[in-house]
Amino acid sequence: MSERGLSARTQVLLWAAQRASAAVLAICVIVHLVTIIYAVRNGLSAAEILGRTRGDAAWAAFYALFVTAVAVHAPIGLRSFLAETFDWRGRTLDVVMMAIALTLAMWGFRAVLAVYL
Amino acid sequence: MKNDFRARNHPAYWAFIVHRASGVLLALFLPLHFWALGQALRGEEKLESFLRWSDQPLVKFAETALVLLLAAHMAGGLRLLALEFLAWRDWHKSLLAAAAGVTLAAALAFLLNLV
Repeated sequence: MSERGLSARTQVLLWAAQRASAAVLAICVIVHLVTIIYAVRNGLSAAEILGRTRGDAAWAAFYALFVTAVAVHAPIGLRSFLAETFDWRGRTLDVVMMAIALTLAMWGFRAVLAVYL
Repeated sequence: MKNDFRARNHPAYWAFIVHRASGVLLALFLPLHFWALGQALRGEEKLESFLRWSDQPLVKFAETALVLLLAAHMAGGLRLLALEFLAWRDWHKSLLAAAAGVTLAAALAFLLNLV
């Protein structure tokens, strides 16, 4: 499917970024699901969550990678959905998707800091 | 086209719909998830009070649905990566069933630990 306003090079870049982020996310989501299923066994508590994450650089690095991959992956996926479902294409869509990517990254890193500090 | 639905009514099309719908719903959930975790910036007790709010049965039901969506999107995504990047093998036909199995197993494991 051709898209107005995007060069072939950019489309290939978006395609590659979507697959590369998907590969990273597959690993992150498996770790996340296992952690979630383990963490809820006795009910969630703030003390338990923060006890695991506060001051732990390895968890912070993992969640930072997770947020980065999500901030790349989600807007590209939403972009395809909006373009194909509502025939929304062009400059405004690109600007909105870039804004969503930056907002997700910002809020995500804020959340990582919140459970690390 | 008259036969549009019949042409689309096959497992791979439904896998596409599940992947797309789960992706959109997960993207919509992310801001709420980040906001909830961000409560910890205002102190442990703020995060704790949010978690106690989330003990309601309806919220737990929504959480189970989210785990199901996350597992479905991941398993469906792995299927797509295998189809796109690996040389075609006959076992690729079984990937849909495997993805559905992984999804249900993750959601059930979550639900069993939750209740």
